[in-house]
Amino acid sequence: MKEDAPEIVFERVGKSFPRNDGAGGSFEAVRDLSFTVRRGELLAILGRTGCGKSTTFNLIAGLLRPSSGAVRVKGHDPFAEFDWFRGRIGIVFQNDRLMPWRTAFENVELGLELNKVDKMKRAEVVQSWLERLGLAGHEHDFPHALSGGMRQRVSIARAFATRPEILLCDEPFSALDEHTGNTLRDEFRALLAETGATAIFITHSIEEALALGGRLMVFERPARIAYETRLHAAMTERDRDEVRANIRRSLAA
Amino acid sequence: MGARLSEPVATTADAAPRRGFRYEGIVAFVGLAVAWQAASYFFPDYLFPPIPAIAARFFEIFASLGTTLDALATAGRILAGLAGSFVLGGIIAVLMAKWPAFERYSLPLLNFNQGIPALSWVVIAIIWFKGIEFRIFFIMVMTTLPAFTFQLLDAYRSMSNDLYEMTLSFRPTRYDLLRTLIWPAVLPGILTAWKVNLGNASRVVVVAELVGATGGVGYQLLLQQQLFDMAGAIAWTLVLVIFVLIVQMIITLIESHALKYRAVSERSL
Repeated sequence: MKEDAPEIVFERVGKSFPRNDGAGGSFEAVRDLSFTVRRGELLAILGRTGCGKSTTFNLIAGLLRPSSGAVRVKGHDPFAEFDWFRGRIGIVFQNDRLMPWRTAFENVELGLELNKVDKMKRAEVVQSWLERLGLAGHEHDFPHALSGGMRQRVSIARAFATRPEILLCDEPFSALDEHTGNTLRDEFRALLAETGATAIFITHSIEEALALGGRLMVFERPARIAYETRLHAAMTERDRDEVRANIRRSLAA
Repeated sequence: MGARLSEPVATTADAAPRRGFRYEGIVAFVGLAVAWQAASYFFPDYLFPPIPAIAARFFEIFASLGTTLDALATAGRILAGLAGSFVLGGIIAVLMAKWPAFERYSLPLLNFNQGIPALSWVVIAIIWFKGIEFRIFFIMVMTTLPAFTFQLLDAYRSMSNDLYEMTLSFRPTRYDLLRTLIWPAVLPGILTAWKVNLGNASRVVVVAELVGATGGVGYQLLLQQQLFDMAGAIAWTLVLVIFVLIVQMIITLIESHALKYRAVSERSL
């Protein structure tokens, strides 16, 4: 694959779910959605609750099959070729989703263990990630003994430890207080820059999307692109205000 | 990076205060023994035998090889029956979880089975099978099967979908999924199922042995009834109760080791 070749491709993707209200019919979560994401790009997807952000996320993750159109990630179908993506995709979920029976160390180790990484190498990698995310000394703590911020950092370490080529984040800092969220966001951006991973970041916060930088898309319901822009370091506060206003208009539509 | 954002919110289960020695249970049993002993002064021995007579009969059981083997036979039957029921119930639970059509057909049969008294299975087993051990095994399995199946199915279904999706995101093999997620998630349910069914099995095995066996606690209880020997009947009952308590203690030990990750609330202590 060429350096600037699209890493993620959505081609007129639609996704419907059957209604469970007994009346039959279906609910359309994604309609005719097309976009591409290049290697190393950070794409923030914004949208109101229920606009299909998470469905789009699950389509990329290979957890859902599109009803129409095609999803290609690194040239492969993430649903049909599920196992091909072992070690290639990392996910940070909205809630930490730590296994309660595993310590912080063992939770970070999970992806490496499933990728059959040698035990010695695993220990080295896990320890380095725990230290980088300020969790040294908590290796043997079970999740219930950690604060919300610490648990979320364990889940970030778990996703990064496998050094995935594609990182999917579903509102990972939304449940945290502002200070913790901001600090983790900065750490997250630094890690992305360092690993060069392609990242999709789902959020419902305009400020978070602006703080992340990179490319930004606003979804309208059912998931379609209502607004799209690219943020860059040279943008003035006035430019940002304009982007902010455009996002608000798109969300209100 | 590296600065601590927040402090841990709770102590780990290991560091949390544990339950201390509970003397209330011993006081309750001593009280019961005193009341029984007092009753023995006012009633004939065949109604309320004195505590020393019961203790003597209890130790007699383990002084003779024949009666010790009777006690061990019952213990073995309980464990074999539970193991068989656990395996069969586990298979049925997996099939029910995997194929809804299988569940639709098997659920009514399991519910129907729950309504069948243990004594009916004893009669059926005696008519159907010749071997005593197989009869008892069959009775044990048939009576504890629905509870095991329902509890294992429930444990599987209550597994967190969030954790399932998270684990799937790493593309595990089937074996790895079972090892890292399913087994630890259903283990508390399995241990609870064993604890609950152990009590049921100890009641059922006595009924099965009472009617269909030539040895074991149930057979010995029948013998004591024919001899009108209350001390013997209570001593044999104690053998069974002590066995159940020992197995429950073992399960609790396994539980406290395997489920040590669970949070312990100081208020609940």
